[in-house]
Amino acid sequence: MATTSQFCTFYLDKLLFGVELKGVQEVIRSLEMTKVPLAPEVVSGLINLRGQIVTAVDLRRRLEMEPSPPGMLAMNVVVRSQDGAVSLLVDEIGDVVEVEETSFEPPPETLRGSVRTVILGVHKLNDRLMHVLDIEKACQMAEVPETLGVR
Amino acid sequence: MSDDSDIVREFLVESYENLDRLDRELVGLEKNPNDREALGSVFRTIHTIKGTCGFLGFNKLEAVAHVGENLLTRLRDRQLTLNPEITTGLLSMVDAVRQMLNQIEASGQEGERDDSVLIATLTRLQKLPAAAAVKVETATPPESVAETAAPQVSIGDILMQHVGVTPEEILHAARQQKEGDPRRLGEILVEQGAVQPADVVDALRIQRASSTQATASDSSVRVDVGLLDEVMNLVGELVLARNQILQFSSRMKDSGFQAALQRLNLITTELQAGVMKTRMQPIRNVWSQFPRTVRDVALGCGKEVGIEMEGKETELDRTIIEAIKDPLTHLVRNSVDHGIELPEQRVNVGKNRSGRLILRAFHEGGQVNIEIGDDGAGLNVERIRKKAVERALVSAEQAARMSEREIFNLIFLPGFSTAEKVTNVSGRGVGMDVVKTNVEKIGGTVDVQSTLGRGTTVRVKIPLTLAIIPALVVTCGGERYAIPQVSLLELVRIKADDVGKAVELVHGVPVYRLRGRLLPLVYLNRELNLVAEANAGAEKDGAVNIVVLQADERRFGLVVDQINDTEEIVVKPLRKQLKTVKTFAGSSIMGDGKVALILDVLGLAQRAGVVSEVRDHAVVETSLETAEAAVPKQTFLLFAGPGDSRMAIPLSTLARLEEFPLAQVEMSGRQWVTQYRGQILPLVRLEVALEERRNKIRTLQAPPPQGSGRIQVLVLHHDGRAFGLVVERILDIVEDRADVRSPASRAAVLYSVVIGDRVTELLDIPAILRSAETSAAQAGFAEKSTEVVN
Repeated sequence: MATTSQFCTFYLDKLLFGVELKGVQEVIRSLEMTKVPLAPEVVSGLINLRGQIVTAVDLRRRLEMEPSPPGMLAMNVVVRSQDGAVSLLVDEIGDVVEVEETSFEPPPETLRGSVRTVILGVHKLNDRLMHVLDIEKACQMAEVPETLGVR
Repeated sequence: MSDDSDIVREFLVESYENLDRLDRELVGLEKNPNDREALGSVFRTIHTIKGTCGFLGFNKLEAVAHVGENLLTRLRDRQLTLNPEITTGLLSMVDAVRQMLNQIEASGQEGERDDSVLIATLTRLQKLPAAAAVKVETATPPESVAETAAPQVSIGDILMQHVGVTPEEILHAARQQKEGDPRRLGEILVEQGAVQPADVVDALRIQRASSTQATASDSSVRVDVGLLDEVMNLVGELVLARNQILQFSSRMKDSGFQAALQRLNLITTELQAGVMKTRMQPIRNVWSQFPRTVRDVALGCGKEVGIEMEGKETELDRTIIEAIKDPLTHLVRNSVDHGIELPEQRVNVGKNRSGRLILRAFHEGGQVNIEIGDDGAGLNVERIRKKAVERALVSAEQAARMSEREIFNLIFLPGFSTAEKVTNVSGRGVGMDVVKTNVEKIGGTVDVQSTLGRGTTVRVKIPLTLAIIPALVVTCGGERYAIPQVSLLELVRIKADDVGKAVELVHGVPVYRLRGRLLPLVYLNRELNLVAEANAGAEKDGAVNIVVLQADERRFGLVVDQINDTEEIVVKPLRKQLKTVKTFAGSSIMGDGKVALILDVLGLAQRAGVVSEVRDHAVVETSLETAEAAVPKQTFLLFAGPGDSRMAIPLSTLARLEEFPLAQVEMSGRQWVTQYRGQILPLVRLEVALEERRNKIRTLQAPPPQGSGRIQVLVLHHDGRAFGLVVERILDIVEDRADVRSPASRAAVLYSVVIGDRVTELLDIPAILRSAETSAAQAGFAEKSTEVVN
């Protein structure tokens, strides 16, 4: 039997992304956020997660995508990083999917830029591709933001 | 092994404690080799470690402890006297034991190590000739021997354990006692020659100590630090929950609820205080290792240093204790290595051979002050100045202008070291700046005071605790920010009507006069790049709220939208994503559950440029040609300038004050003149001198208005010529240091200073004269006006 793993999936601008389920602490609706002036753009702000202060990372910015349309309430995917819990802000939550190792493929060489360090690769689902994110990398600030395109 | 892990842990904890004490006792013993009690205690510690190691199967550790014990036995039996060599040997044994304990703690094993050299050294030391073996007087044991009542541990046991009296001897003596010998056990044994009288005294002292120790250990328990931290976190949460409920309470009118809440409030506060207390540790815990440090460093550089401590019991939060350990150690090493001179040098300048290192700790205003002082050579201002210039840390001009204190603080710059030679202790150019950074990291400050030839004192000021701090909550740009109360000096609110007058501009930079001193204003919304509203920092009614803060001895006013309240906040560190943002020290959860950021006052001040790095400390304004700008007190003549402004000239430039009737003013060409003491005195009108050039010519041409008014004239001498400066009104003559200054905003003004308690412009007399002359010439005025008959 092929090894399978479970992914928590979500959408960013219609693209399907996934992080390994075991790295996810919880998924919560939009919470009140405190902006951090002067902070790197990727940091959306701080949220109070039951007494724990968690940094919210704007995943769209982290992946150098278009900023989310105004008025859209982002969902929080709270993941466990080495530095504690970090919330990844996403557009919409998808299902938990179980995929086989064999459906995985590393990102194509044509995917360049700092995004390449965050996207581990894709799982080929029946109808679409699921981008697999590296949780640690996603929580980190991009070293020097490169201005290369995403696609 | 895992079954034993608890025992091993206990053994480790106990041994660490004992080893720390050993360091102290050994250094103490070196000074006072006849302290039998200390020697006994050292011996017992090593004996215990040896015994437990044997039991737990740590053979290497046991071997080291064993030779140490042998050496100590000879010392105790007075076959040897303690000398520095032996002390060093024993201390290295302690170090070896500590290393092995660390190893055991980390891996559960002793590890591969070779202690044969150490063992050989210790063995050799044992064989030293008994230097001046102490003669044991055979006098009868002191009275106290007979007076000990109701011992808890039998004296016989102690003698057996520590002195090596055989059970038979004790038994024999005890039998003799039973048979009617009225004497005490100790006396009998002494008489029998089984023990020395001194040993009996020792044994009795141990007995007493053990009985008091028993009571002490009964009333205290060992608690895991992790558990304490957890409790502390929970209390933090409780404080937050309490704050949240307090906010709801304003909506609840139920008196029963209010009463219960009141109680909850009180209990929480007390609980918090109690838990905080459990985390408090006396600074002694850090200091206790210093005698050893000082000894080692002093020995290493051939110095003699005695250490004195004051305020050992001063308590600090353990997180802070941890944080200041390294900086303090560095400062102590530095004092011994750089501060205190070599014995010969000290004798030459008439000081005691042995240097003094004084550690002081005390509470002051919610902060802990720790001073590390020495009576050494002191800091050499000139040498530091030279060095700083050499290393390009400051420019020569800057260095020349710096005050003594500023110069001293240069030693905290990275890349600065005044040590003549690089030693292995310090002087590598790292250190003092690290000390400063580390102290500042926990919200403290470092300051240095020194007198050449008399010594140096470094003062470290640190907050008591870091976990829960009182803070002022302010609002700016719709978000709340917490400002730690330690940096807060006062709050100032300027009413809408007064804003225009109270906030003045120094070349476009806003300042506020706070009791006669210019306070630079920093607008929080601008610093944080918040959405700038048109009326920055103003409330709806137009009032301005200024939070007066102190950062690194500098004051500045932080303008915020609204001042909310003071609150106890629980500090939560920022995650690494935000570590780069220096303006914030942490975050906290507010009463309503929202997160607020805690401002890092120092970081903010640095960002706003209030506190610059010392190297670009350049007092820009003084680079103007200011011959008369000396810092000592000066006397100024104050007078009113145009538009109710206040102006001044140094009194020294003034010849006389005169009052002329307007009718006496004549026109010479297009210049006002008057006859004065048989001469023609050109009159320069202040408002004209300050005018823009294009208006000047027109105004100059205007003859004095007709009327019977009088004009106030300051008669000034410049370049051997007299001229009169016509001013509106003479105000006062004052003495002031006038050291708060900022660059001039217009020509004919040297700079703005605070004199008395108001911003005053100091006139540039040569410039006024020059401009008066050129504009007079431009207006077609003949230069030789002096030809006019008197």
